[in-house]
Amino acid sequence: MREARLTVAVPRGALFGDTLDLLDRLGVDTAEVRSNDRKLLFEDAGIVTMRPSDVPTYVEHGAADIGITGKDVLLEAPERDVYELLDLGYGRCEMVVAARSGDDALGEAQRRLGRVRVGTKYPRIAERHFAETGRQAEIVAVKGSVELAPLTGLVDGIVDLTATGRTLSENGLEVVEEIVTCTARLIANPVAHKLKADRIDALVERIRGGRE
Amino acid sequence: MIHPIPAGTRDVLPDEMRELRAITAALGGAFERAGYGEVLTPALEYEEVLRTGDANAAGAGYRMFDEQGQVLALRSDMTIPIARLVATRFRGVEGPLRLSYSGHAYRAVAHGSGQQREFLQNGLELIGAEGAEAEAEVIALTLTALDEAGLARHRVGLGDGALYRTLLDGLDVPEERRGPLLDCLSQRDLVTLGRRVEELGLEPGARDLLVRVPELRGGAEVLESADGPLGSGLAREALDGLRALIQALSERGMADRVILDLGLVLELSYYTGAVYEVYDPAVGFALGGGGRYDDLIGRFGDPRPACGVALDVQRVHIAQAAEERLQ
Repeated sequence: MREARLTVAVPRGALFGDTLDLLDRLGVDTAEVRSNDRKLLFEDAGIVTMRPSDVPTYVEHGAADIGITGKDVLLEAPERDVYELLDLGYGRCEMVVAARSGDDALGEAQRRLGRVRVGTKYPRIAERHFAETGRQAEIVAVKGSVELAPLTGLVDGIVDLTATGRTLSENGLEVVEEIVTCTARLIANPVAHKLKADRIDALVERIRGGRE
Repeated sequence: MIHPIPAGTRDVLPDEMRELRAITAALGGAFERAGYGEVLTPALEYEEVLRTGDANAAGAGYRMFDEQGQVLALRSDMTIPIARLVATRFRGVEGPLRLSYSGHAYRAVAHGSGQQREFLQNGLELIGAEGAEAEAEVIALTLTALDEAGLARHRVGLGDGALYRTLLDGLDVPEERRGPLLDCLSQRDLVTLGRRVEELGLEPGARDLLVRVPELRGGAEVLESADGPLGSGLAREALDGLRALIQALSERGMADRVILDLGLVLELSYYTGAVYEVYDPAVGFALGGGGRYDDLIGRFGDPRPACGVALDVQRVHIAQAAEERLQ
C-alpha cells in the first residue's frame, strides 16, 4: 500500500467504460488506460486493471486501497474481508434462474427426481438461492457459456447474470426466477479505510455529490 | 516427490526463524518489563471449554475425539484458554493480574484465500482492572512493544463493541430488525446497512445517525459529532468510555497514534466494551486486535473485568521487513 495516494482496482469487462467515466469525473486522468488495453498497471493514475472477480482479492490484501466490482462478484466471494462503501448504480444486471422455454424442465425435475441440476458460474449464489427456497439442487460449475448447459441436457436450468435477457432468448431460454439485482459497488480495504480515511471519505463524498 | 503440508501452514527455516525469534523476543521483553508474566496453555482444549467462552467456540475449525470419546478442539484464540486458566489457577488471588503469552492458534481457512491455518500470536491480558486506565495501559504497551519490534508507522483503531447496539436500543429499533443491521456492520456492508436503515422509517435525525456512525473515523472530534444534536446522549456510556480512554492515552503521549472508528466491530462475541485493531500501512490486514471482555472470565465461575490484545507475529514480521526496506 503506497502512502501518497489511493490505488484503485478497476474491473475490465462490462463495468470498464462506466468506471473510467466515473474516474474522469473525479479528476483522475484515464487517457492512458483507455488507449492501452494490454497494460495492466498505471502508476501515474494510481490504477490497476483486472478481471472483476479479482478485484475483491486485490483489495482484501491491500494491493489496491479501493476497487470497483459488481455485487455478483461480492456475493460469490463473501469471505473476502472488504468494506462495501457505495452502490455506484451502473452496470445493472439481474441474477436469474433460467431454463429452456416452454417445457418447465426445472419443475419437472423437482417433482419427479426430487432435485434440480443447475449449471452456473456462480455456485455459491446458486446454492444459497436453492437452499433458501427449500429445494435440493445439484450445482454443476461451468466456466464458459452457461446457456449451452441446459440445451445439451447437462442440467435442468442455470443461474446466470443477464442485463437484457437477449443471450438467453437467442438460445431458447427464459427467465424463471429473479434472484437479486446487481450493480457496481465501491469497496475498500479495511486497513486503508482507517489509515487513509480522509482520502477515502473525500472520494465517497464526491461520488455521492456527483450523483445527487 | 511431493510431500505436502496443509494449506495455510508453513515450515520455517533458519533465516526466517531468526527474525521471528527477534520479534517475539522484542514483544515478549516489552510485556515482561511492564510486569506481564508469560503463561502457556495447551493447544488442545475440551470443546466445551471453548463453547463456554463463545457460543461459536471462537470459530474453532478442528475437532477430534480423545480416547474417552470426549470432543477436543484446537484453540482458535488464546483469550478463552487464559480466561479458563485465570478462573481455575488464580481463583481467590487478588488482581489485577498481568499475563502474556506466545503460542499458536488454529482456524479453518477457505482454499486459495492466502489465510493462515496455524498462526503464532503474542499477546497480553490485563485481568481485574476496570475502566479506561486499564485499556490505555494495554493499548500503549501494544504500541511500544511494536516500536521495539522495529515498526514505526503502526496505529491502533479504536471503537466500542456495544456502541451500535446501544444506539439501536435507544432509537427503539424493533428487536427482529437489530440482528440484520448488526450483521451488515460486522460484514462491513455499508450499502445494505444504509438500505435496511432506510426501511426502518425513522425520523431523519435518527436515520442519519445510524447511517453516519459507522463512517465516523478520526481523532477525538469524532466523538463530538456522534454525541452532538443527533446523538443527544443515546450512547453516552460508550462515548464517555471512549472519551476517557482517549484522555488516558493522551496522558501517555499516545493519542495521536490512535484512530477512533465508531463502526469497528470484532467477530468474537465476548467483547463488552472498547475494541481495537492494530494497523500498519505495509500490511493489508490488521496486525492484531483485542478489547474489553468483562463477562468472559465470569462464565468460568470467577467474574473479573478484563481486557487484552493479540498480535499476529507473521504479519508483524511483514510490517517490520517493510519498515527495514524504507530505512
